[in-house]
Parts: sequence; C-alpha cells; structure tokens
Amino acid sequence: MYVAVKGGEKAIANAHRWMADRRRGNRQQEELGTAQVEEQLGLAVDRVMAEASLYDPELAALAFKQASGDLVEAVFLLRAYRTTLPRLAETLPVETSAMHIERRISATFKDVPGGQVLGPTYDYTHRLLDFMLLAEGEVPEPARAEEALEACPQILDSLDAEGLIEQEVDDGAMPYDITRDPPDFPVDRATRLQMLARGDEGYLLALGYSTQRGYGRNHPFAGEIRQGSVEVEIEVEGFDEPLCIGEIMMTECQMINQFAGSRTTAPQFTRGYGLAFGRNERKTMAMALVDRALRAEELGEPIQGPAQQAEFVLAHADSVEASGFVSHLKLPHYVDFQSELELLRRLRRGYVQQHEEAEASSSEASPAGQESLRTAVEEAAQ
Amino acid sequence: MTPAQRHRIFALTPFDRLAAHWQTLGIRVSHRCVRGPETGMTMVRGRMGGSGNAFNLGEMTLTRASVALEDGTLGHGWVAGRDKAHAEMIAVIDACARHDNWGRRIDTELAEPLADVLQHEREERSKAAAATRVDFFTMVRGE
Repeated sequence: MYVAVKGGEKAIANAHRWMADRRRGNRQQEELGTAQVEEQLGLAVDRVMAEASLYDPELAALAFKQASGDLVEAVFLLRAYRTTLPRLAETLPVETSAMHIERRISATFKDVPGGQVLGPTYDYTHRLLDFMLLAEGEVPEPARAEEALEACPQILDSLDAEGLIEQEVDDGAMPYDITRDPPDFPVDRATRLQMLARGDEGYLLALGYSTQRGYGRNHPFAGEIRQGSVEVEIEVEGFDEPLCIGEIMMTECQMINQFAGSRTTAPQFTRGYGLAFGRNERKTMAMALVDRALRAEELGEPIQGPAQQAEFVLAHADSVEASGFVSHLKLPHYVDFQSELELLRRLRRGYVQQHEEAEASSSEASPAGQESLRTAVEEAAQ
Repeated sequence: MTPAQRHRIFALTPFDRLAAHWQTLGIRVSHRCVRGPETGMTMVRGRMGGSGNAFNLGEMTLTRASVALEDGTLGHGWVAGRDKAHAEMIAVIDACARHDNWGRRIDTELAEPLADVLQHEREERSKAAAATRVDFFTMVRGE
C-alpha cells in the first residue's frame, strides 16, 4: 500500500539554499570559474565526460562546480542534461591511428617507430607534495624539441602483420546502442565496450586489479597506450565526403594478453581494448583488462573470477544507476518499515509464546523452536 | 578545395579566430537560417582494438545550422560543441564558397591561411611531445 505524504517544501528550499552557500564558501575567496575548472582541473573534467558519456568540457566543468567537486554527482548532472538533447548524427568510427599524439608508450617494445613519448604525465614523479603550489608562481612553458614527432603507427600492427596476435577486422556490423535499447544479457562485445566506457573508474579499476591478483588471470601487457586529439567525422546531406566537425581528446589502451588457439588456428596473443574521452589512462587500462576478462567465454576459458561474469560486471558498472539505487534508501520508507516492524513484533510474540510453552512442558531441548520460527517467517512472507 | 575540406578547417578553427579572418575578406551577404542553429548530440563511435568492429563510445555535443543566401544558395555548418554563432558562420561561409566569384577567394584568403595556423599549432604541440620522447642509452658495465 502506498500512502502519499506531502510536506517539506520549505525545508527542501532552505536546504538547497544552504547547499549553494556551502558551495560558494567563504566570500572573502574569489569564486571558482568554470573556465578555471576546465583548464586547471582537467582530469576531473575528463572523468566526468567519460562516465557521463557526453563530451563537452565546458558543461562537465559546470557540473563539477555545481556538484562541489563530487564526481559521481557531476556525472549524474551531465548524464541528466544529455537526455534533453536530440541525436543529430552518428560519427564514423574515430581513427585512433591518426591521433595527434601527445603521449604514447609501450611496455612490450622498447624501440618502436615514433618512440616512447611520455607526454604530460604524473608517472615517474615521487608523489611528494609540491609546496610550491601553495604559493603563486610562474610556471614555465613546456620544452619543445626542434622537430615534431615522427609518425607513431599502432604498435600492435607489427604483431598483427606476423599473425602473432588476433586480428581485429571490421565486418561492417552496426553496433548495439544501450542508449536506445536497454542491454539484454548476454550482450556482445560492442555492447560491453559501450557499458565499460561509461562505467565507474574505481569499480573497473578494482575489477581489473582482481584479474591481476588471480581472479581470472589473463597475463596482460600494456602493448600501447596513446593519448591525443582525434578528428571526428560525420556523414551528412549536402556533402559528398565525410564532414569533420572538430576534434576531441581521447585515450586508448591496447592490452596484449596470453594465448588462444585451436586445431584450426595457431596460438596467438589475445587482446583487450580500452578507449575513453579525455585523458583517462587509468580508466582505459582497467577497461582493457575487464574487456579481456569478459571475453573468457568466447575464448573458451573457465569462468572463475567475478571480473569474468558479464552480467554481474556490466549491470553494476554505471555510477548513475548504482548511486541512484543506493541513494533511494534515503527516501521515506515509513510505511515499508512499519510493516516490517509489525512483522517482527508478531514473530517475537510467537517466539516468546513457544518459549514459555517449551519451558512449561520442560524436558528435552530440541530445535523445534527454531523450526517453528522459520515456519512463522515463511507464513508471514506469504 | 572541396566543401568538406573547407568545412574541416572552419570547424577546427576557434570561432573568434574564424570570425576575425572572415571579417577581413569583406564579403557582406545577407542570409536567413533555414534550419537551426540548433544544438544536439552525435554518437561517437570507436573500433574494437582500433581497427575492428564499431562500438558506441559515448555522445558529444554538436551544433548545426543551414542557411540560404538571398539568391537561394544553401550552406551548412556542423560543429562540435554548443556554439550556435560558429555553426551559423560556417554555414554562411559554406554558402558563399559555393559561389564561383567567392569560392576561390575563400579558399586562398581564408581556408588556406587558417589551415596553416592549425598546422603550426599542431606542430608546436607535437614538438612539446617530442621533447618528452625517451632516448634510451645502454650502460656498458665493466670493460
């Protein structure tokens, strides 16, 4: 039974007003601008875009500011905004091999065409707090080499040419779109990748980590990680060729994993793939690990770890859905709870009554009390 | 230059820069919008493993505009983000470039110089990346 309860409008309005005041903080401090967030807290902005599944740095910065830096709340805000926009086009698949590289590394080959390019990274820092940042100071421009980078071809292509790794060939299949139709398990790899791409980074990181610790081990190597800008093209009327609408920052991770083979195919390395909007290296590495783990069934591997169970992994990856369902516990459940209270009181009355009867008839101790309690619970549940 | 080649340059160029350069050409036309400008989204697709089947990665904001010049020539602009003025300006330039008398000027005085600027910016970024390229050297131990 549902009983409609109204009330709290004034309390809610004042709570939101106070929230806005908290967000603004001490008025002696300058207000944080969204342009500052976009420029100076870019990795937070990128994470919000990736998990909200909407690329728009300005709006992601706004969501971040509005949420007082709560990333999950910011993802929710941006995801909600995306439902207000019409879909105007689908892009051609982005050509990550034509990326304008800002970072590109391989853990499998030292000498690769184009080289190991570190780019702007926190790797190799000592993780010591930099107290200089407490003070205002000039930051020097980045160093520049005499020459631009050479071409940086996809590193896995060299293994591909020798047939040492599974080939990824486009057969022209149209991908399923979970924003149009809800996922229907079991789902194909395209659907899995779409769900992983918007999945919570912490969750995917934990699952990826679990495969490394032995829960569905697949011996990964970071074959290549690349980060940079990629041009985006769509096909529209009025133009004979694909139309470039701009460029977006992306991160891609190609994991090389241990072998698969059969009577008809020679043993080959297998692949796990991660791709995300923005600079999201940890996310794409975790995504690639989990993508590979979820291919267990296809590759004939025993399913032993949580990260290999597609429905479990994918149905719980989305932070908007997860936080929504957890947060709903805060909503009034007064009537639900009253009925539980009522039930518990009835059970306890039954328990006491039986206890007294048992004591009265004294003698042998038996599990009868437990038994009848279980029966009472089952009856009440029906 | 094909319309798509021009469009690419105008879409990659920030609006303020495009507007400033377009002003200097002194081409004054009046136009009306026949569609938009309106903001929506496009679904960005990736490929499994970088070369395999397509999958849907996530959406990005996109703004489009279609305009007609007084003589009925149509032009279209599609640009990443939510800048309606940018989409409309691309559409106007696209329409003008489809005129024989302006097409050549737009290519040589607008599209090409802007492409050079974009190329220069990319090279500067690439040089910064190149400065972080690792030079391996081998330590010879003993003798």
